[in-house]
Amino acid sequence: MSAPAVSHRKLIGKLLAGVAAAFAFGFALVPLYDVLCAATGFNGKTEGGPGDKGLGGFSLGGIKGQAAAGNAPPSRIDRSRTVTVEFTGTVMPGLPWDMRPLTFSLELHPGEMQMVKYLVRNTSDRPVTGQAVPSVTPGQAAQHFDKIECFCFAQQTLAPGESREMPLTFIVKPEIDPDIRHVTLSYAFFSAVQDRTALNKQE
Amino acid sequence: MSHATTAAHDAPHGGHGAAHPSGLLRWLTTTNHKDIGTMYLLFSLLMFFVGGAMILAVRAELFQPGLQLMQPEFFNQLIGVHALVMIFAALMPAATGFANWQIPLMIGAPDMALPRINNLGFWLLPPAAMLLTLPFVLAIFGIGDGAVATGWTLYAPLSVQGGLGVDFAIFAIHILGISSILGSINVIVTIFNLRAPGMTMMKLPIFAWGWLITAFLLIATIPVLAGAVTMLLTDRHFGTHFFNAAGGGDPILFQHLFWFFGHPEVYILLLPLWGLMPHVLATFSRKPIYGYKAQVYAFIAIGLLSVVVWAHHFFTAGMPVPALLYFMYSTMAISLPLAVLFFCWIATMWRGAMSFETPMLFAQGFIVLFGIAGLTGLVLADVAADAQYHHSYFVVAHFHYALFAGGIMGVMTGVYYWLPKWTGHMIDERLGKLHFWLTIISFNLTFLPQFFLGLAGMPRRIPDYALQFTEFNAISTVGAFILGFSQLLFAWNIWQCMRGGEKADGRAWEGADGLEWELPSPPPHHSWETPPAIK
Repeated sequence: MSAPAVSHRKLIGKLLAGVAAAFAFGFALVPLYDVLCAATGFNGKTEGGPGDKGLGGFSLGGIKGQAAAGNAPPSRIDRSRTVTVEFTGTVMPGLPWDMRPLTFSLELHPGEMQMVKYLVRNTSDRPVTGQAVPSVTPGQAAQHFDKIECFCFAQQTLAPGESREMPLTFIVKPEIDPDIRHVTLSYAFFSAVQDRTALNKQE
Repeated sequence: MSHATTAAHDAPHGGHGAAHPSGLLRWLTTTNHKDIGTMYLLFSLLMFFVGGAMILAVRAELFQPGLQLMQPEFFNQLIGVHALVMIFAALMPAATGFANWQIPLMIGAPDMALPRINNLGFWLLPPAAMLLTLPFVLAIFGIGDGAVATGWTLYAPLSVQGGLGVDFAIFAIHILGISSILGSINVIVTIFNLRAPGMTMMKLPIFAWGWLITAFLLIATIPVLAGAVTMLLTDRHFGTHFFNAAGGGDPILFQHLFWFFGHPEVYILLLPLWGLMPHVLATFSRKPIYGYKAQVYAFIAIGLLSVVVWAHHFFTAGMPVPALLYFMYSTMAISLPLAVLFFCWIATMWRGAMSFETPMLFAQGFIVLFGIAGLTGLVLADVAADAQYHHSYFVVAHFHYALFAGGIMGVMTGVYYWLPKWTGHMIDERLGKLHFWLTIISFNLTFLPQFFLGLAGMPRRIPDYALQFTEFNAISTVGAFILGFSQLLFAWNIWQCMRGGEKADGRAWEGADGLEWELPSPPPHHSWETPPAIK
């Protein structure tokens, strides 16, 4: 039973290093994943705006900033085809708001600038701040969906019981794949409480 | 030390030498691979019944449409904890129990290389199992809202928002993960450093090869799961936003991290059993193992492929077409080395002098049913078809063919095959065969209808269903109860075998081949203190 302890120790050291490397790899996947998604437009992620501090451009909700959008005027309008854009919205738990799109669906030519509005109402008796996070389906359409002006670019604060029409101006770029005839834009409105522990208590 | 080999071993609980503490303290402090292997296996058996009881409650609820027995929240808790218990507390400890008992015997080592780590690895399991199930009890006393209710996959954002059960599950997964990693390191060091002189890697018993690949997969993937649940924990309590979309995170990231672990996990559960099958088939066909090298290379190929196919678990989450195609073809490529294994298993039996003792019956049941799991898996790997099957009962049926028929029945094969070696008594063949036939018939009665339910569109993880699914669900529930209660026969059979029965020779089965069969049954408390010579 006189085990060769030294050679054990060497192998154990290597294996533990493997465990540590795998653990680090798990965390390394977070930025890697963001970079990959931003580069390819996977997963409905659109480009980050000027205020974007994240690696891949989702830290402001994957929105395109105003300055960047201003640099990209619509080159042309493709009148040979139409795309139907549908609008939906969800209020996430923890935010005492109602929201609905005033336009549920819109048929447009790629390249055309359009404006729609969402009606948002604070149902509680205190002022609440929220942040909308957009998502475009199918994911391949995301990189061709340009928001020029959007309520999701900034946090929105509503007074107790206040209703507000929130506008969105956008272009579906003509480069969008001709096979895509339907695009759905969905907003998830989150409570913009900075301190999550406070949010948990409130729930 | 030299006298310990002659210590008394008339019963599995009675084999302690003079120098060892007795009673409970013996089991708490033991560093003997046989004791620890026994504890792993008994723990696994206990948790198999715990997980089984949970799912019988689920099947009872699904017997008829509508909500009769429980609220959806409780239903959600049961399905998730059932899966976690079966995977982490039943299947994985059973495989580790096999490794502890058999690897030193089969490679001619005196014990596992790291006996104290081995003890720690086992004793981490009971607290982890308690953490998983404790929230059920706490909820009864009005603390929290029950166990983790997200399903075993813990998908964000549900798990970010979930109650305290999620925290318990995260902590349990951390502990179970540490236990698995300790076990894996032990297996690798044992196999690399303690083989009998002359036993080259390509003379290693194939069971040890299967476990070796499993151990490497565990070391590569369990830490990624640990990282993912750590992120979940910090998202929940420390203000990070890995998966929280409002803070710039991404819930889909969790799916990538989870399945980077989750897919290899399937092979972690199955590889030790694929390593076991050739031994059983060769024994009862009275022929050598066919295609040893081919099987070893197939293990390695499957191990490597398993870490690059994870996204086939969420094809419908939204991915660009090139990524879908890559994950589809790489997933389908796994069927090639797997087919090599199947053909080797069949060729091992081909024209053999076969006899059909209980372990052989389970091995053959395993081959047929696991084959169905593989073929239905190919259907699910097809991106175009998967859109229809995803998250339906088709998936549930598929992975139960893989993990009950492939996993649990594989474990039963091993238990029946090695019990005579461990206890020194032959099993009751009549009871064993009855257990086999009850299991295989009721298993198919339970899960075959679920393929049809899934094809017809019944979603999984929902406590209620549309009326047209009633008949198949009723059949499935009846099957599940027969299946569940048949397993009491298994426990009874093991108990009987531990207590007594026909004495087993060293070579308990006529056609058995390998170092473990050269020792008496049961083997002395300390075996192979002088390593055997390998020709």
